[in-house]
Amino acid sequence: MSSQLIFYILSALSIVSALFVVFSRSPIYSVLSLIVCFFSIAGHYVMLNAQFLAIVHIIVYAGAIMVLMLFTVMLLNLNKSTEPHKTNLTKIMAIVSGGLLMLTLLASIKAEKLGVYKAPEVSDIGYVQNVGMKLFTDFLLPFEISSVLFVSAMIAAVVLAKKERN
Amino acid sequence: MNNITELTSLITPALMVPLLPLIGFFVVALFGKKLGHASGWIASLMILASFICSLFLFNGLSGGKSLNFDVYEWIKFGEVSLSFGFLIDQLSLVMLLVITGIGFLIHIYSIGYMHHDEGFSRFFSYLNLFIFFMLLLVMGNSYLVMFIGWEGVGLCSYLLIGFWFKNPAYNDAAKKAFIMNRIGDLGFLLGMFMLVFYFGGLDYGIVNQSAMTMEKGSGILVLTTLLLFVGATGKSAQLPLYTWLPDAMAGPTPVSALIHAATMVTAGIYMIARSNILFVLAPFTLEIILVIGVATSLFAAIIGIKQNDIKKVLAYSTVSQLGLMFAALGLGAFESGMFHVFTHAFFKALLFLGAGSVIHAMSGEQDIRNMGGLRKYTKVTFITFLIGSLAISGIFPFAGFFSKDEILAASFEHNKIVWILLSISSMITAFYMFRLVFLTFYGDFRGTEEQKHHLHESPATITIPLMVLAVLSIVGGFIGLPAVFSKIHSFKAFLAPVFADSKTLVEAAHEHSHSTEWMLMGIATIAALISIGYAWSLYISKKVIPENDSELSGFSKWVSNKFYVDEFYDAVFVRPFKVLSDLFLVLFDKLIIDMLVNLSALIVDVTGRTYRLIQTGNTGFYVFAMVISVVVFLFIQIIQ
Amino acid sequence: MESPETTQNWYLLLSTVLFSIGVMGVLFRRNALIILMCIELMLNAVNLLLVSFSAYSGNTEGQVFVFFIMVVAAAEVAVGLALMVSIYRNIGSIDINVLNKLKW
Repeated sequence: MSSQLIFYILSALSIVSALFVVFSRSPIYSVLSLIVCFFSIAGHYVMLNAQFLAIVHIIVYAGAIMVLMLFTVMLLNLNKSTEPHKTNLTKIMAIVSGGLLMLTLLASIKAEKLGVYKAPEVSDIGYVQNVGMKLFTDFLLPFEISSVLFVSAMIAAVVLAKKERN
Repeated sequence: MNNITELTSLITPALMVPLLPLIGFFVVALFGKKLGHASGWIASLMILASFICSLFLFNGLSGGKSLNFDVYEWIKFGEVSLSFGFLIDQLSLVMLLVITGIGFLIHIYSIGYMHHDEGFSRFFSYLNLFIFFMLLLVMGNSYLVMFIGWEGVGLCSYLLIGFWFKNPAYNDAAKKAFIMNRIGDLGFLLGMFMLVFYFGGLDYGIVNQSAMTMEKGSGILVLTTLLLFVGATGKSAQLPLYTWLPDAMAGPTPVSALIHAATMVTAGIYMIARSNILFVLAPFTLEIILVIGVATSLFAAIIGIKQNDIKKVLAYSTVSQLGLMFAALGLGAFESGMFHVFTHAFFKALLFLGAGSVIHAMSGEQDIRNMGGLRKYTKVTFITFLIGSLAISGIFPFAGFFSKDEILAASFEHNKIVWILLSISSMITAFYMFRLVFLTFYGDFRGTEEQKHHLHESPATITIPLMVLAVLSIVGGFIGLPAVFSKIHSFKAFLAPVFADSKTLVEAAHEHSHSTEWMLMGIATIAALISIGYAWSLYISKKVIPENDSELSGFSKWVSNKFYVDEFYDAVFVRPFKVLSDLFLVLFDKLIIDMLVNLSALIVDVTGRTYRLIQTGNTGFYVFAMVISVVVFLFIQIIQ
Repeated sequence: MESPETTQNWYLLLSTVLFSIGVMGVLFRRNALIILMCIELMLNAVNLLLVSFSAYSGNTEGQVFVFFIMVVAAAEVAVGLALMVSIYRNIGSIDINVLNKLKW
């Protein structure tokens, strides 16, 4: 019962903060509420026996990516809500199509008739040891290749953000 | 076949033979600019190495053995499997030695001859490529590989005839050679289709086996062999497709010697000798070959009398000699034909190279009316050229005597009229060759003062190949001594395994009595001597100089203009073709094809103009379209 | 809800909602930076789904996939932000309606 209560609280928190990301006027608030959203998702991960992933998620998203976002917001001086707003029509269209998408997705999930799975027992599948074993045996090649991806992304970021000479 | 295992050690040298010139081609073609004149020596060394490999093969395959191996299976469809493989037997070996040996000498010669040419390394890359394709032609174990070589030498011939491509006339000559060859190649190609369809493959072994099961003289055999022979007439410059060869003299002289005298033009003879079983089984085709061969021999010889360009004379003489070889093939005397190919390669290469040396000395002048008295200035060239002329005229004991005599003897046995015609042809040959010698080397110099001042003997790279070829022209005939001199005809004995099967299909040749043989040789020699004497009386005693073209009349005008064959072809084939093309250009191309093409372009244009309006450039719109599309797809999925 | 435990359907529902909010955000906003954040939100919705599948089937591989998605997301953010900085430097705005030159 308590686990379900935690689920409800976390879900509510993540949905509300996600809505805040979309609707808040200032980009700073968007960033901050996205961080809240990520923390609540990390909570879900812990509930789902993915302890290692939860930690990595917080480090990578909240620690690295969101800081980078925040940094960019401040660098570009986007704090004041200078953004010209879209017309009401496009806003309504956006909400309607987003809702439509949600409805059809839910409908298709319902149509697939997924079986009711048992709640996960506490297991060790998400421990560093198990994830690490998988990562360095079955997924060794993608793991190594992802480092190449990182290097190229790094170089690309440096090249793109560099000030041009003239 | 023979025991293969003991011969496997020969596969590597066999592969080296064609590969080395190919490597040479790539090296010289890619780095020719940097190598400069070294490229000539590299190319020559490649051919020398190839020659040594050929000698190695010759040694390893002594005693009638042959090497037949597939490199890989190339094409397979249905029952037919076409592989890329090599067959090296006695026939290939003869050709290999001729191609690489004479090829090497001509490479050395070219280093001297082409020394001042700006396309020096380009020339050598073409030459090496040519040798590669020629080797492929004679080494293949199927008609397919032969055809690759066949087309390849055609390409190289085109490139080399048009070597000085800045001159439009030379380009035209190159195109003419290529197109004439294509007509023949079409015949060859159709012949190959016939072989695949009716004989179940293109391997010599398979074709010969299925040919043996066929009825002698059946329609399929005759048609197939006729088509193959059409291919041979194109490549070997026989009537009616010979006109490209005299024009091919536009190329540099070493090219004329190598490609248009010694090797490529004998490919047709090689092909027929290679398919001897097919041809023996089609007597009708052999008769046709005999008729064409004799006619070409006589026709070209007559034209040769009135030519004044030193290389054109030799070109017509080549056509004439090739006709003689075809006549030998038509008589079923395949060994004699190949023997003449062998000796002809020596003395005709020698004559062409000698002519090149003369042209070199005359600073590019080719008209014999402007020469004369050159023997004082160019001693080595004169002596070697004289040896070559004696050999081609069939004077004892030079190489041409033996091979020509064999063909004449074979024709005497077959049909007296053929014998008479061929004898006349060889008499004319002796006449125009010595006309050439006397006009060029005897008498007084008739060129300009400037040319006279410039006269000189050629450098050693030119004279040494001349001397080597001269020696070969003298002794080359002794490997095939006629029966009256020696019990064993070593050339025939050497080639015997190749023609063994076809010999079983025809009744054994009737041996001449020795007295007949003596008589034939005597007549041939006397005839040649008479025509030489006549040439002497005309051009030495009476000091006749050929008159200008405009002063000619009657028959000699016809001869001088090569019987107007080119003009005839132009009027009958080229012009109607052009008219038709113009007609189709207007009717078909401009009206129908252009309309179709423009219509499809218009449709694309209009639809493009309409649909591009969807591309607003607005990112929000794109995302919106994407989301809506996903929704629609999912919706369709759910409904189903 | 009869079962007191959380079934997987709840997680499906939650990630669908989060994903749809992300899509709506992309359509709703014009600030390219916020759009990038909404894309991150969508990615995380998918991650959550993968982890839940992994947990309910007792298999680690789903988590490994999430790991790789994070790698890609990090690289994407690095390049995306660099692009944004460079665009802002050139045209002084990151409003996506200004970036409409890429058409016919």
